[in-house]
Amino acid sequence: MNRRVAVTGMGAISAFGHTYPDLWSGLSAGKSAIRPLTLVAPGAVRFPNAAEVPDYDPLRYFEEKEAMLLDRFAQFAAVAAREAVRASGIEFSPELGERTAIVLGCSGGGKSTEDDGFHHLYALREPRVSPLTIARAMSNAGASRVSLEYRITGPVYTISTACSSANHALGQAFRMVRSGEVEVAIAGGSEAPLSLGFLKAWEAMRVVSPDTCRPFSRDRRGLILGEGAAVLVLEPLERARARGATIVGEITGFGMSSDAHHITQPSALGAARAMRAALVDAQLAPEAVGYVNAHGTGTLANDATEAEAIRAVFGEHAQKLLVSSTKSMHGHALGAAGALEAAATLGALQRDLIPPTANFTAPDPACDLDVVPNTPRAAQIECAISNSFAFGGLNAVLVFRKWG
Amino acid sequence: MSEDLIARVTGVIAKTQKIPPESVTIDKSFEELKIDSLDGINILFALEGEFDLDIPDDAARGIRTVREMVEGIEKLLAAKSEAKPKA
Repeated sequence: MNRRVAVTGMGAISAFGHTYPDLWSGLSAGKSAIRPLTLVAPGAVRFPNAAEVPDYDPLRYFEEKEAMLLDRFAQFAAVAAREAVRASGIEFSPELGERTAIVLGCSGGGKSTEDDGFHHLYALREPRVSPLTIARAMSNAGASRVSLEYRITGPVYTISTACSSANHALGQAFRMVRSGEVEVAIAGGSEAPLSLGFLKAWEAMRVVSPDTCRPFSRDRRGLILGEGAAVLVLEPLERARARGATIVGEITGFGMSSDAHHITQPSALGAARAMRAALVDAQLAPEAVGYVNAHGTGTLANDATEAEAIRAVFGEHAQKLLVSSTKSMHGHALGAAGALEAAATLGALQRDLIPPTANFTAPDPACDLDVVPNTPRAAQIECAISNSFAFGGLNAVLVFRKWG
Repeated sequence: MSEDLIARVTGVIAKTQKIPPESVTIDKSFEELKIDSLDGINILFALEGEFDLDIPDDAARGIRTVREMVEGIEKLLAAKSEAKPKA
């Protein structure tokens, strides 16, 4: 059994605001949500900017006692999942809950919870840490919370593959729905990495830009860290049509690969293999793809390598492709990145509007593609892919198709 | 470029790369020493500790040889001592 898989709900909390419409209105206007970092003291890290979720008050979404049990990343997962489930119009009966999966990507887990505990231990020399530390910090806390809220009792798990986490999660969920293993899947990713200890680790890696994120630009200086979550509701197309659901778009393929090359340096070969695998899975010719939502981190190494991989996969058609990196606007939200980008890609197909690569200054001959610089582009696209390539050499690519 | 400075920088590189100190000479390139990008940031981190310096990303970018690394550290040390108020 190979069923077509529809997306019938989307939710997102990002640097643009707490809802999917906030995300889309920002991306479709080509605005960047990269702003001064406020979650740590000014000057505490060398880079001044990030893509923080604005005006976030947990008590808007959770009772005080519930909020105590949930790290920021798990709260984001629940907020985005609620919006997605509401949009899908699905009511989960106990029977449907048993036939539903939740797969969420998360790279770091509850970093601020861990940081806070270690501060008490090492700096304040207290002999103990909060008994809630494990429950808050575990990377599956977001998926578990969503499972509790909707009483989802089918397969529920978290995938942690650094920057590819959410694409791997969406891909797994897509395959479970396609094969008939489950009836519905709630999938995406969440991340809240803007905690001092973790930011210091990123600072030491020297991949964060001192100003902003300029993917594919000649003068790009690195990535900008972001936070948030995006969640999609997936179900068989026939089920969605039968119940008269609003169909956002389809997921039609998923491909993965490992570079087995270097722990941090990207490989064009590995990236190309994942794109090819996704196209084969979708039974799609490269020429049928019109838009690539790039991994596009804005680091020197990623963008040139990704451009090389795109050229290898698409050949001459690469010159006709629209390729943009929405990380230039919502930042690099690590384990949530692929989910935010899936939401961006589905929005682009649905609204016939390609979100641009913002903050673009000058072309780099090593990234010689139409990167939709700075200005959104009206374009009716049938099929799109979204790339995620992680540290550790793990690549995951999704294929989307316009609905209607 | 003092002998002492060269010895300290090459010593840090050897220690970080886990290679014999005598293999790290001033004319070696990072490529010859098999120093990749991740090794490079690890060396910068160790040099910051050794010399009590902040090495900005822009100063570090483009360094490909031991000589360029020593020259870069020398420049940053000079800037640091100028920035200090005169006794």
